[in-house]
Amino acid sequence: MPAIPLSKAPQPAATNPEQIRNFCIIAHIDHGKSTLADRMLGITEVVEARNMRAQYLDRMDIERERGITIKSQAVRLPWKSGIDGQEYILNMIDTPGHVDFTYEVSRSLAACEGAILLVDCAQGIEAQTLANLYLAMENDLTIIPVLNKIDLPAAQPEKFALELSKLVGCQPEDCLRVSGKTGVGVEELLDQIVAQIPPPKGKPEGPARALIFDSVYDTYRGVVTYVRVVDGQLSPREQIQMFSTGVKHELLDIGVISPEPVSSKGLGVGEVGYLITGVKDVRLSRVGDTVTTFHKPATEALSGYKDPKPMVFSGLYPIDGDEYPMLRDALDKLQLNDAALVYEPETSAALGFGFRCGFLGLLHMEIVRERLEREFNLTLISTAPNVVYRVTTETGQEIVVTNPSEYPSGKVDKVLEPIVRATILSPSDFIGTIMELCQQRRGTLKGMDYLSEDRVEIRYTLPLAEIVFDFFDQLKSRTKGYASLDYEPIGEAEGDLVKVDILLQGDTVDAFSSIVHREKAYAYGVMMTTKLRELIPRQQFEVPIQAAIGAKIIARENIRAIRKDVLAKCYGGDITRKRKLLEKQKEGKKRMKMVGRVEVPQEAFIAALSTNADAESGKVKK
Amino acid sequence: MSRRLSFYVHIPYCIKRCGYCDFNTYTPAELKGPDLLSVSSNYIAAAISEIGLASEAVGMVEVPSIFFGGGTPSLMPAHELAAVISEIRSKFSLLPDAEITIEVNPDSVTPEFLDEMRTAGANRISMGMQSAVPHVLQVLDRTHNPENVAQAVANARSAGFEHVSVDLIYGVPKETFADWQSSVQSALSLPIDHISAYALIVEKGTKLAAQISRGELELPPEDETAEKYRYADDQFVAAGFDWYELSNWSKPGGNCKHNIAYWDGSHWWGVGPGAHSYWNNRRWWNVKHPNTYMQKVSEGVLPVSSEENLTTENVADEYIMLQIRRKEGIPLDRLSKKQIDNCTEYLATGHLDEQCWQDGKLVLTQTGRLIADRIVRFLVM
Repeated sequence: MPAIPLSKAPQPAATNPEQIRNFCIIAHIDHGKSTLADRMLGITEVVEARNMRAQYLDRMDIERERGITIKSQAVRLPWKSGIDGQEYILNMIDTPGHVDFTYEVSRSLAACEGAILLVDCAQGIEAQTLANLYLAMENDLTIIPVLNKIDLPAAQPEKFALELSKLVGCQPEDCLRVSGKTGVGVEELLDQIVAQIPPPKGKPEGPARALIFDSVYDTYRGVVTYVRVVDGQLSPREQIQMFSTGVKHELLDIGVISPEPVSSKGLGVGEVGYLITGVKDVRLSRVGDTVTTFHKPATEALSGYKDPKPMVFSGLYPIDGDEYPMLRDALDKLQLNDAALVYEPETSAALGFGFRCGFLGLLHMEIVRERLEREFNLTLISTAPNVVYRVTTETGQEIVVTNPSEYPSGKVDKVLEPIVRATILSPSDFIGTIMELCQQRRGTLKGMDYLSEDRVEIRYTLPLAEIVFDFFDQLKSRTKGYASLDYEPIGEAEGDLVKVDILLQGDTVDAFSSIVHREKAYAYGVMMTTKLRELIPRQQFEVPIQAAIGAKIIARENIRAIRKDVLAKCYGGDITRKRKLLEKQKEGKKRMKMVGRVEVPQEAFIAALSTNADAESGKVKK
Repeated sequence: MSRRLSFYVHIPYCIKRCGYCDFNTYTPAELKGPDLLSVSSNYIAAAISEIGLASEAVGMVEVPSIFFGGGTPSLMPAHELAAVISEIRSKFSLLPDAEITIEVNPDSVTPEFLDEMRTAGANRISMGMQSAVPHVLQVLDRTHNPENVAQAVANARSAGFEHVSVDLIYGVPKETFADWQSSVQSALSLPIDHISAYALIVEKGTKLAAQISRGELELPPEDETAEKYRYADDQFVAAGFDWYELSNWSKPGGNCKHNIAYWDGSHWWGVGPGAHSYWNNRRWWNVKHPNTYMQKVSEGVLPVSSEENLTTENVADEYIMLQIRRKEGIPLDRLSKKQIDNCTEYLATGHLDEQCWQDGKLVLTQTGRLIADRIVRFLVM
């Protein structure tokens, strides 16, 4: 029996690096990573069968419901190799599975020597997996290609083994075949991890250096920091120091996850575990930063640290204005656990008080919004997401625009917008329609490769703003759901961009302004004016709805004046009922926003803004 | 100043229920009881008992008006209604010039009934004409032949009724603008001094509401219904009927004092099942079913189902809600500065009468009356 009882397994801080294997699993959502991880926990007996639950490692409800991993974790698995009969410690580092968290993925990868490339052999590799695979290869990780779900009737292991072998550069027969669900091949996989992945190397006597690959806020314990020790040793009660900030902390607790936290006597070279310092804010313990000791500090940080940079911005407003303080508190709390979330107060004439929030990407945005609504019981309205523009005015002044309302009204010399490199994997049948979509979205084709006979990888550069606006939905619907997308920012480019304002009765409604490409300004104007004509109730006067670029009107609709708003009868038996209706309407009127003289029900704002938002959520829910 | 109390007497019976009607009324089939005649004599006895209970509750008051509504009051034997009038006369001080109105169905009202009611002291007839167009009447489920209206009005006049009113309904599915024109002209050809014209209200739970939700019938566009109002108002005014409430027009001296009591905050007592009453800032309404009603009254208790005590704010809201419907309008000194500011914009849009405003009153114009509920919402915010 290759499992080893925990008490008899090599102990933390006393494990020879030669016995350690650090690995992660690269997989697409739904390709069975969590099920495989569950199976490994079972086979290595770190979780007793009676305590097992599905997706053991996914902590947040949202993760479990959506079947995706947002935050990574690390589990220490003792394993006796079936090949050489020796005892080993396998550290499985879970990686986030989505495009928005590329940086977190890269840090998780940096903590490993090897990666399991896990692919559903009924579906084949997806774009995000491919992107992460490339990332792993850049980090010189040993890749073990694994085909999962071989128990499925629709499995095509031969076809996808060929695809994987081409990508990884191995023989098709080198691809392991497993089923996380039935357990077939999982023991062999554990043995192969030991056999193929090299042990960690580091200087046991050198100054301590540990890489932070995750940092999670816990209500009871404060920030729990996950590290991989590269050099030296970390011990309890020691003073530690963060490289990027120079901040000093005392190590209140140190240990490993197996898969519940277990305090240890420390962590040595190559080991993976957690640190607790009593810090309450994850921004003081940032992913990618290097931990060293105060009494014997290292002189050089581990490479690769980056500040998280928000790429997508959106205004978040409470539907009930009274909930503004609750929203502020909720954002403060979320930020404790999300170093990438930024926000600042913002006022909208149309929506009242809220926050302009910056996110890593669309999924990140959707997750934050959903957590705010679910965990803090808030009802929110969000403005259409936009990217960051750098605008140079004619006078040479540079303005960073994260909100269309900040766009300068005067003449603009040039506008820079973020550009991404997008990778799309799709059955080759859809090449034409994908290229058409990318062309429409101002894309430039960068290359195309066949992964197999009928699967193709298409590379484009595109303005991020085009992806933010319902690109993924379009891609999915045009390819019957088969295409997958990954993108990463690669810089900025000048764009022929304009701000389109929407005016009601001559007054600009700030929440509806948008920065769009000049050629799409008209389409945006027509879409918004038409939509608003349907959504805004008739007023006692005619209301023109206009779309304008500066002073130039590009689209116009009219809401005709209301002619009749009266109930004809009002006698003795009607009075109480009519007054009660009036009282209800009084309440409803409080939910009306005045835009100039025009009464706009909040529902109209929500509906006008939500078509895009729905598209976004469709995107992340896949 | 002596206290006054108007009486509404509800007659909760009809031969047949009309498709648009949600009033508290019952047909012989629904009652599954003995014939209407024996039901009615029991019912009138109960109504008379309630009047006795009212007199115990409010003491001696002056009664400026009585209104028999329904249901179909003209289904009752005239002597039964006459007994109700006598009871009110005996328990209260029925004023010599009191207005006593009977709603009648042009199909079933007979010359004898009209003569007897006139003799009993009734002096005003309100007739459910609804439309002069057969296919519109059919949508409304009305049984009458349009020609019966002229005959019934003539009978009322010859019985000595000085005040005769007809009710019209417009904005009915399948009613064209021309249909409405012919109904208006038909009403104007009658020897009457009062017209009520109501845009159809589709009430929840009615047969009509079901037909509309099933898509069997379709309401005409609101804008066309607004146009119908304007047409009627223009025609009525031209024929000497002035508006005094937004759905009511009369020749000089022909307005309905009883209905005005609902709008000017006067007190009224509703006799009968489901009827509402208003007395000293308290409003209550009776139990709905005639049998329960009769049971309660026979036990000597007021058959109240529920009640509300009006707060100062309720009274203020109701004042605006009701008074704005009247030609008298709202004196500006009854409005706050904010309310006045809120509605100046309706002056600019022509919904408020400029001249009246100058004279210190908020009075709706024709277009203003059509959006009266909206203006009320502005005022009470």
